[in-house]
Amino acid sequence: MKLETRRVRPGLWRIERRTAPTAGVAALVPLVSILLALLLGALLLLLAGQNPLVVYGAMLNGAFGSLNGVAETIVKTIPLSLAALGVGIAFRMLLWNIGAEGQLYFGAIAATGLALYVMPWAPTVVLLPMMVLAGFVGGALWGLIPGALRAFLNVNEIITSLMLNYVAILFSEYLVHGPWRNPQGLGFPGTRTLPDSAWLPRLSPTRVHLGLLLAVIAAGVLFVILRRTWWGYEIRVIGENQRAARYAGINIPRNMLLVMAVSGGLAGIAGMSEVAGIAHQLQRSLSPGYGYTAIIVAWLAKLNPWSTLMVAFLFAGLLVGGDQLQISMGLPAAIAPMLQGTILFFLLGGEVLSRYRLTKVRRGPTPDLNPAQR
Amino acid sequence: MNAVELTSVTKRFGSVVANDNVTFAAQVGEVHALLGENGAGKSTLMSVLAGLYRPDAGTIAVNGAVQHFRSPRDAIAQGIGMVYQHFMLVDSLTVAENAMLGQAGHGVRLHTAPVERELAELGQRYGLAVDPRARIWQLSVGEQQRVEILRLLYRGAKVLVFDEPTAVLTPQEAAGLIGTLRDMAADGLCIIFISHKLDEVLAVADRITVLRHGRTVTTVERRATNRHELARLMVGRELMGVVADQPQAVAGDAGVVNLEVRGLSAEGDKGVRALQGVELQVRSGEILGIAGVAGNGQRELAEVITGLRRATSGEVRIGGQDTTRCSPREIVAAGVAHIPEDRNGTGLIPSLDLQDNLILKHYRQQPLARGLFLNGAAIGNFADRLLSKYNVAAPSRAAKARLLSGGNQQKLLLARELSGQPRLIVAVHPTRGVDVGATEAIHHLLLAQRSRGAAVLLISEDLDELLALSDRIAVLYEGKVMDTVPARGADVGYLGLLMAGGAQSGAADHGRPMDTGGIINQDVAH
Repeated sequence: MKLETRRVRPGLWRIERRTAPTAGVAALVPLVSILLALLLGALLLLLAGQNPLVVYGAMLNGAFGSLNGVAETIVKTIPLSLAALGVGIAFRMLLWNIGAEGQLYFGAIAATGLALYVMPWAPTVVLLPMMVLAGFVGGALWGLIPGALRAFLNVNEIITSLMLNYVAILFSEYLVHGPWRNPQGLGFPGTRTLPDSAWLPRLSPTRVHLGLLLAVIAAGVLFVILRRTWWGYEIRVIGENQRAARYAGINIPRNMLLVMAVSGGLAGIAGMSEVAGIAHQLQRSLSPGYGYTAIIVAWLAKLNPWSTLMVAFLFAGLLVGGDQLQISMGLPAAIAPMLQGTILFFLLGGEVLSRYRLTKVRRGPTPDLNPAQR
Repeated sequence: MNAVELTSVTKRFGSVVANDNVTFAAQVGEVHALLGENGAGKSTLMSVLAGLYRPDAGTIAVNGAVQHFRSPRDAIAQGIGMVYQHFMLVDSLTVAENAMLGQAGHGVRLHTAPVERELAELGQRYGLAVDPRARIWQLSVGEQQRVEILRLLYRGAKVLVFDEPTAVLTPQEAAGLIGTLRDMAADGLCIIFISHKLDEVLAVADRITVLRHGRTVTTVERRATNRHELARLMVGRELMGVVADQPQAVAGDAGVVNLEVRGLSAEGDKGVRALQGVELQVRSGEILGIAGVAGNGQRELAEVITGLRRATSGEVRIGGQDTTRCSPREIVAAGVAHIPEDRNGTGLIPSLDLQDNLILKHYRQQPLARGLFLNGAAIGNFADRLLSKYNVAAPSRAAKARLLSGGNQQKLLLARELSGQPRLIVAVHPTRGVDVGATEAIHHLLLAQRSRGAAVLLISEDLDELLALSDRIAVLYEGKVMDTVPARGADVGYLGLLMAGGAQSGAADHGRPMDTGGIINQDVAH
């Protein structure tokens, strides 16, 4: 049979929708994204006159090469995973909560205030749970502001939650420079040290603290809520098809408020655990941007609570490794965020490719396309 | 002579083969109908011809010469144009400006006067009256369709493809269009008419090519075939036909009034009056059909009754209880099932599995939920029971809803909505975009619900469907109920006139069968 195909200019690519993303592709995309990001990073390092292999080796060694390295990585995993779990549940409902950083700070403020000014006399078994609660409530209230604006006035939560980050950070700076400043602090911006009863127990000799358990519990609870409860079902339905949710009688504004409260609350617990586990006071730059990195982590983990823990661990390693470069090789610590950025960049690109495919427009006869000859 | 000839065309989307080695030819001076069920590949094949899609294999020949279309522009340059179901017009421009759109060769200033003159001449010639200076948004749907046709003629189209053109028209408009198409063919144009409606195909075509599952079944002469043969060719088996005459309402006038709508007014999405003082009553064991051309308040009526839209005035009572201000959940709880117009956008969640879709209205009820927790085993049983009871063809309850065919998706939706033994069913276009087999199944389900004692409000654009299923038919025009008539013995011409807003209740035309209205409904072959 004579076959004719259209003649087109050579080297033409076009984008076609994949009918169903295969499981294999879905798993491959993040891996390839990270690999490509590392390759691009290597190129940038070469341009900076560094041997990328040496740099990557130093990062790997710094983050995972020693007991202390692993412990520090876990220390950073704790706030990162808590904030990412919070961000993830909001993302599931297509609520773009970019405000985890501010919610983290508000949780930290609430927990610090409770431990220093409300019930410093309380024993550990009372004080620590109350601080977790305070951290949750502080973050939740801060998350409810963009949540309520969205639910009742349809104000874009991306803008409001992002802007509120600056408000929260500056408010905490006001506190540590002003009313809450430690009089014996030699002028350093920070509150008094928390009473011993407000310190999260550590796994000596490392700085790994009980916040790890909080993160694991939070992941477990979220997993059960999302998979086993009708509330999780409502969140899924709203996230997938808001009109169907309304049609089914699901109360969408109420769910927006609830989810933003939980989302902010988890970031708030991250802030609480940084105060009670590491800093033992509220201080300037309590978080090196955990709330922002959490967005990448949640996305990379495809919003799955357990994957979030794993991805948070890897990203914490990136942070620790980056710090290590600064110390041991005198390189700018900006290497780590640069790599994070490239990973997210490739990840989002890869996301598109898992849903669409590039096909090269064929030239010449393509007999394999004719079913009559198969 | 063959105006166009498609040879061995194959077109696939990913792993789905829409056209499989299809061969099709249409001649100069004929109306050639392309008949097939939804999803048979009719629109895809014609989109290949019109340059919108490129075939994966096969050739297109125009007047005997093989052509390679890279875009609709290439196709129109060869005289091939298509009128799509969704018009491709710019609302804020005039008719003439739309006709000129995308044409090269204009200077900085648009010279619309000669174009307007030419459009007016073309309109006159084919009975396509429309003011070339009118802006598109001012025109009715039927007039917009005429603009689409005029635009193609203006650009020199000799082959015009119509994709289900009557779907948006009143019976009178449809009859008018059919006359126009016959005139155009007689004038030497080649008309290709895509449809899945047997009667209109028989009314308009000279020859008919039947497609099934992406393959050509056969091409037949209009004179040498009949309704039954076409139906058999189209679905691959004998049709039972539209459901036979049903016994009258079980309870008749004695039934309890399950839905009462009084003086109901509401606004549409754009803040314009969509419903104005609507009065309706549906009794237990009765199907009330709502006829009307799309966009005359049908959607808003369904949404107000089901709590998805606020009424501006008036009252809705379901089972005697005032539900005008109730939330959608309270109305579901009052025993109302809703089959929405937009199946995938509203009624189902295509990205979730069948099980999740089936529990959408019941997920907080015992035994599916215990406290805050969902009961997986009970949900599995519930889903399996519904899937088998309603004959939903699906690999398993864990399959994604979007993988089902249109008919099975609709059965899935009905399974969920009817499972709660509703006292009122609001069904909006329940068989639109559904193949003939599933249509039949859905009709039987609705009738079974009526026999059970449910009140059914059936909103449809398909008069045949309304006539076959309803006990009474109310016609909605610009948000008002024009008249309500018993379905048995109803005069299609009168209904069509009401749908066009042409006659008030009791007008002189009442009872006089219209010569045009009958074309759609009469069984041409017998």
